[in-house]
Formats: sequence, C-alpha cells, structure tokens
Amino acid sequence: MDAFFCWDKLNNLIGVLFISGCIAWHTFQARRGARPFIRRLPALGALDDAIGRAVEMGKPVLYIPGVADIDDAQTLASVSVLERVAEDVASYDMPLLVPNCCSVVMSMTQEVVRSAYAKAGHPEAFQSDYVRYLCDEQFGFAAGASGIMMRERPAAIFYIGNFLGEALILAENGNASGAIQVAGTATVSQLPFFVASCDYTLIGEELYAASAYLSQDPMQLGSLKGQDAVKAVIMFIIVFGTVLYSLGFTWVKDLLTP
Amino acid sequence: MKREVPLIITFVAGAVMIVQFYTLPLSWLGDLFNDFFNIIVTCAYVLGAASLLIANGRKIQRQAPGWGYNAVLLLSLLATLFCGFCIFPQGGLPTDAGTPFDWIFQNVYTPMSAATYSLLAFYIASASYRAFRARSAEATILLVTAFMVMLFRIPLGELLWEQLPILHYLDIGDFIETWIIGGFNTAGQRAIMLGASVGLISVSLKILLGIERSYLGSAD
Repeated sequence: MDAFFCWDKLNNLIGVLFISGCIAWHTFQARRGARPFIRRLPALGALDDAIGRAVEMGKPVLYIPGVADIDDAQTLASVSVLERVAEDVASYDMPLLVPNCCSVVMSMTQEVVRSAYAKAGHPEAFQSDYVRYLCDEQFGFAAGASGIMMRERPAAIFYIGNFLGEALILAENGNASGAIQVAGTATVSQLPFFVASCDYTLIGEELYAASAYLSQDPMQLGSLKGQDAVKAVIMFIIVFGTVLYSLGFTWVKDLLTP
Repeated sequence: MKREVPLIITFVAGAVMIVQFYTLPLSWLGDLFNDFFNIIVTCAYVLGAASLLIANGRKIQRQAPGWGYNAVLLLSLLATLFCGFCIFPQGGLPTDAGTPFDWIFQNVYTPMSAATYSLLAFYIASASYRAFRARSAEATILLVTAFMVMLFRIPLGELLWEQLPILHYLDIGDFIETWIIGGFNTAGQRAIMLGASVGLISVSLKILLGIERSYLGSAD
C-alpha cells in the first residue's frame, strides 16, 4: 500500500474530499428546491449598466478574458461570464470585441460569442474578427489590446480572468479611453491595480461566483452556499488552531502540515 | 453527442489528473496528459496565426484607417517565421546564439517588452493619485498607510522619525514590517486567497460533474 498511495498527501485528500462533499451536498440540495439567499454583487449588477451605456452610445463592448491559458480555472470562470455578456450584447445587435492572448482560449471564446449571436437571432451580426488572437506574450498583448481601446473607443471594458503585470497597463489605458470598466480576478497581486483603475472589481472568489450569480441556476447557487459552509469551517479551524497553538498545543498545525 | 463527448472527455481527464496526484504508480499519467495538452496548444498556434493573418489581411485589403500598422505586423510575423524556420546553421537550432532569430529576440523583442513594462512606473503614479484621494474614511486610511509604508521604509524616513520627540522610541521600520505588511496586509491577502481557493475547487467540481458547461458554447 505504501508503494501505491502518497501518504504525505492524506490530509490534502481528506480536505479536498470534505470541501467537495460539502459543495456537492449543497448543490444537490438546491436541485431539490432549496433556494439559497445570495448577497448582491455590485460589479455584476454593473454589467447590465455598462452594456446599456454601450448601446446608448452606439459603441462596442470590449471583453478581455485574461492572459492565462485554458488550463487556468480563472479563464474557465471568465468564459462563463463572457457567455452572459455576449448574450446581452448580441441581443442589442452590438459588436463585442474579444482580443485573446492564447489561441486555445481564442477558439473557445469564438465559439461562445458566435453561439450567443446565433441564440439572440443575429447570427449574421457576428464577424470573425470580433474575436481575435493578438499575441502570446503579455506585454505584446497589452500593447495590442491598448491599441484596440484607443482606436475603437469601446464604451464598456471587462477584464475578467487571470492577469499579471499587464493589468495596470490595460486598466489605465481603458480609463484614459473613457470607458466604464469592470474587472474580476483572483490574482491577489493585481487586485489593487484593478481596484484603483476600474469602476467595479470582482475580488477573488467573486470571480468564481459570477457564473452562478448571473445564471441564477439553482444548482450553481447551491454550490455557493456550499462554499460559504466550507469557509465557516475554515474560519473555525483558524481561530481554534491559533488558540491551541498559543497554549502550546501543536496538533492542529501538525494535522494541516504535509 | 456534440455535448456529451466533450463532457465525457472532461470528466475522464479531470478524474485521471486527480487520481494520479495521490497515487505513485499512476503519476506518469499526469505527465502524459500534460504532453497531450502541450500538443493541443502547439496545434492551436496555427489557429492563432490564421486569425492574425485574416484579421490584419482584411484591413490591408480594405485599406482601413491605420492599415500600415497591420502591414508592419504581418511583415514582422512573416520575417520572424522565415528566420525561425529557414535561417539557422546545419545541426543547430533557430534559438542558438548568433542566428537571425536570436538577433530578433535579443534586439527587437526584449527591448520592446522592457519598454512596455517600464510604462508601469507612470501608470502606477496615475492610478495611485486616483486611489489615494481622501474622499472617504477608507480612502484616507489607505492614504495614511501608503504614506507611512513609502516614507518610513527608506533611510530618509527613518532619519525624520528619529527627530520626533517621544515617538522615536518606537522602531517604525519594525512596526511597518511586522504589523502593517506582515499583519494586516498578509491577513487580507490570505483571506482572499482562501476564498479564491474554495471557489476554484467549486468551479472545478462543477466542470467535472457537467453542471458548468459555458465553455462548450451553445447547445444549438
């Protein structure tokens, strides 16, 4: 058995099983009809306002799904938000520009945006250069995306996904272009830049909650309830562990250390 | 079937990656799936290049405003591709020192990247100016904290602090390091990271179970 299982990861496995079990239980409870209360997220409420502004001004909407590839969960969460944004923009028959940093993400976002235009009854309004690949290198991408902002002058810009050092370059150029800006990332080091430069920011877990919040799908909302339950347990462990450690008992720390 | 097959592939790939993480004999499966991913990404570069060619080619054809920039971009792309594929010593690699491809990387790409990165200094100043305006109680706290961290972590700040009566007995450098950066800042960052990690597990679970399907596009 020692040669088969990594015993030093046992506490990790138990933690993952507990978190997954808790989220899955609340998700399937929601399918039975339990409808959880979800607090209002101002950044997601602003999506409609930003798109409405673009429609009134007759200008395009710009959506940047981060600079990470598709193996990053933030990119997948971003694609979920893009689906809702694309449906809204397509229903008004307005252009939605999506510059991409990774070609796999480009093929996925292209499919999502094309489907949204078809679903809205305007398949002919979708043009292939709405969703385009710019550059794999972060600063090359930042330069290309900033160029689009200055030339096209979008009325609304969304930065949702994983951003690195180019975050502030994009957000400041967007600010200079006069667009209303909504950002969302779980990359802690870039959050202060987005908070300083954008009108609304989804912070950390709010990015992952966005899809559930926008879809109002009971099963997805149930998963948010599960996350809250897990966070309550984590908070209890932190307080309990800190008190015990201060009293000289180290077993909670030992239990959580690989 | 258009949706079922990708969902099955997603579930199997996700389950294999989880199992191989905890089991020693199956750890090679993780490397194998990573190789699959790298192959797919490499093939997708062709899509990326095609997208660039089509989008920029159309603008040049229509002679849209600024089409000269599109032409520069396409010429640069084709020249770099040509150097990478065709001009390198026999038995060597295009990335070897002294090749035209390496010259482009060292003398064009690297300085341009550094130039774009250096713009951050100016953008940080303009973003800070907006963020630090004391319009509310929170913004005032942010302003005072930022002022303390910026001033008292440099020798001039410490010199000024030492001139203050009574207060100079307090080690301001240690206070900022231990309490502001090591305490409030780290606690806030870890709280965000913990919440994001739980959210990440939740999203992964929803994708594995097929509850979250946005990445597949519409069912139509």
